[in-house]
Amino acid sequence: MDDMIQMDDTKQYIIIKFDSEQYGINIEYIDNIVRLQAITRVPHTQSYFVGIINLRGEIIPVMSMRAKFNLPDKETTNASRILILKMEGNAKIGILVDEVKEVVTLSEESIEKTSVESSDIKAYLSGVGKYNDTLISILNIGAVIADIDNE
Amino acid sequence: MDISQYLDIFIDETKEHLQTLNDQVLILEAEPENIDTVNEIFRAAHSLKGMAGTMGFKRMQKLTHNMENVFSEVRNGKLNVNADMVDIVFKCLDAIEGYLNSIIETSDEGTEDNDELIGLLEAAMEQVSSEPAPAAAPAAEEKAEEKAAPAESGDKRKFLSIPIADFEKNAMTEAKEKGMNVYGATVYIQESCLLKAARAFLVFKNLDGKGEIIKSVPTVQDIEDERFEFDFSMFIITDKSIDEIKHAIESVSEIEEAVIEAYEIPDAVQETVAADDSPAGEEEKKTEAKGKAKTESSDKKAHAKGSKPVVNRSVRVDIEKLDDLMNQVSELIIAKNGLVSVAGDSASQDQSFNEQIEYLERITTSLHESVMKVRMVPIESVVNRFPRMIRDLSKKLNKEMELIMTGEDTELDRTVIDEIGDPLMHMLRNAADHGLESTIDRLKIGKPQVGTIRLDAYQDGNNVTIEVTDDGGGVDVEKIKRKAVEKGNLTQEQADALTDKEAIDLLFAPAFSTAEKISDVSGRGVGLDVVKNKIEGLGGDVEVSTKLGEGTTFIVRLPLTLAIIQALMVDVGGEKYALPLNSIVTVEEIQDEDIKYVHTKEVINLRGSVIPLVRLSDVLDIEPSEATEDVETGENGLIVVIVKKGDKQAGLVIDKLLGQQEIVIKPLGKYIRVPKMISGATILGNGEIALIIDSNVLV
Repeated sequence: MDDMIQMDDTKQYIIIKFDSEQYGINIEYIDNIVRLQAITRVPHTQSYFVGIINLRGEIIPVMSMRAKFNLPDKETTNASRILILKMEGNAKIGILVDEVKEVVTLSEESIEKTSVESSDIKAYLSGVGKYNDTLISILNIGAVIADIDNE
Repeated sequence: MDISQYLDIFIDETKEHLQTLNDQVLILEAEPENIDTVNEIFRAAHSLKGMAGTMGFKRMQKLTHNMENVFSEVRNGKLNVNADMVDIVFKCLDAIEGYLNSIIETSDEGTEDNDELIGLLEAAMEQVSSEPAPAAAPAAEEKAEEKAAPAESGDKRKFLSIPIADFEKNAMTEAKEKGMNVYGATVYIQESCLLKAARAFLVFKNLDGKGEIIKSVPTVQDIEDERFEFDFSMFIITDKSIDEIKHAIESVSEIEEAVIEAYEIPDAVQETVAADDSPAGEEEKKTEAKGKAKTESSDKKAHAKGSKPVVNRSVRVDIEKLDDLMNQVSELIIAKNGLVSVAGDSASQDQSFNEQIEYLERITTSLHESVMKVRMVPIESVVNRFPRMIRDLSKKLNKEMELIMTGEDTELDRTVIDEIGDPLMHMLRNAADHGLESTIDRLKIGKPQVGTIRLDAYQDGNNVTIEVTDDGGGVDVEKIKRKAVEKGNLTQEQADALTDKEAIDLLFAPAFSTAEKISDVSGRGVGLDVVKNKIEGLGGDVEVSTKLGEGTTFIVRLPLTLAIIQALMVDVGGEKYALPLNSIVTVEEIQDEDIKYVHTKEVINLRGSVIPLVRLSDVLDIEPSEATEDVETGENGLIVVIVKKGDKQAGLVIDKLLGQQEIVIKPLGKYIRVPKMISGATILGNGEIALIIDSNVLV
């Protein structure tokens, strides 16, 4: 496997899938991936937060990637997952995604810093990577989370 | 030597000593003759000097050394305490605090030499030689002698001055007849010794096998409790030689010297003869003995008064470790709740299983209580700096005032204690500056010249109440309204429509001050709103009651603890919520027809008081499900939880009561926006999350 050869300029990404598009999240941010579980609604909060979950005694807010990216709503399925991201200061946040596909290793060169012309997600992309003939949009998680604070 | 590891201890202990000094100097200001206080100050100053020296803080050491010298003279009666001196000492304490703060921040004492203060202290010392306080002169000399004895070559045989009771005399005579030796000994411990009691104990232990100690001064008990200076005396009956005994004593480390010699038993005849021969000497002995007895008894008095217990059976623990422990106990309670709910669900009602569950419940509850108790700190640690503050304010504002504090031993959780200091300080400053009238005005209206500020703390159920009261002019409601209109906070009409209570609440509005002129004590209008925010942030509330001309009381209510609370679990539209038990008054069942309308708002009349209704399903944005409709229409009634905030009440409409439970409060995480009415979340036994409703926001 190519991820055995960890070069300085390669990074591992978790690939998540919305409809037909694939997005990559730098694995350094990932604390955990959990199956969908009971989510407790929080009243009067940001519209894209679906609520809070109990992760082994810790309460973690969960936001819906679809809602955040203004994608059309979709029922959760058996494939739905919550990615627990660990941000600075050990603060955790969960993101609800349709499906987690795999972990890939991409080298810096294979990621093009050009922006893709598509919807609102654009602002949160740091580039597009190519992996086995498929295109993967690399999410700038820092920007996504920073955007929450601004509201 | 690497001293950095001792820095924390040094800082803690310096703080303690500074606090002691502040307290005691305040007492001294009121009672300049109080010798206990002088001793206490001397000891604290001495310890400070020693510690600063060990840590290599030379400037701090120099200042404390000079301070110690002054008090040494006061103790010897050569110097009288006066107002100027107290002022200088307070300035020194501030300077030491300055050093300490610098040390806390940079691990260095800084470069401030405080030469001026040292000069003042030295000037105070000069008075000793130029004008020895005449009134206290005789007593002074006597004491000076006593003090000088160990240092100079004077008579070190202190045991000579110990009064001997008849039975002791008999024992000695008997022993001598049997050919035993009777020795008198006075043991001097090095002044740098930190564990005097332990050294003294070793001395006694070494002597144990060698002879019998028939008397010691101070008593063995007092020595064990470290209630002695740097020497103690005793009589020993032994068959060993003087050298052997002397060696046994001096083999203990940190013993400076043991003065020991054969003791001549003073018999009755001898005594009268001696009285004839040298009346002066005998008298001296007597007075000295008396002096000793006096200091001894006063020592005891001081002890009984509850001054710091000498032997402190306590351990310093890092607060982080306690927080960890607390978290683990929280986890344990959640796990226990999980077990309880499994036990409740399972059909197999095994008797012994349930018994064990109950047992576990009892243990976790008492474990929780114990951990909470460990985290509880008396508010004393916060309020003990206030007397000094009021004294300074009194001078600064030129108003006479006194602070009376009660309930300093009331305990609060550490996390609350850490936050409550500033708001309390602010309220006290407010009372001193705005509350109390000037001394002249007070005299004019026939009030006592000295204004009184009270700080009363007491526990009230699951809350702690702290009241700050002044007997000043009270809050002028009309003045507040006028001010509010002037500042544009309100229109004239709005102001006229305000009730007195609403007007007083304006005091807590941001940037609102009624003080005519702005002083650097208070009056800038940043303050009471900050106070209110802080207290509400701690889950408490603050209220004012005032009577024009008679005074004002600020009432602060705080929860005992923040982490684990008792709550009533309720169901609203199929969602579970927790209501903190301490704000609940009663739970009522209300019929639909009992609901009345005031200004289109729903209210109920409950035993004479009109209480507004709050439908939780509305404020929590819960879509009414069919189930809830059923409950309401089916029983033709509502379940209403009556909650209170101060003396205001509200009725929260819920669907179902689920029972009382101990819950652990958890934050909701950093990113999610939480409405004000939600104070946190808790994890239930089955892993579900319930939000905690802060009913204070809804009342």
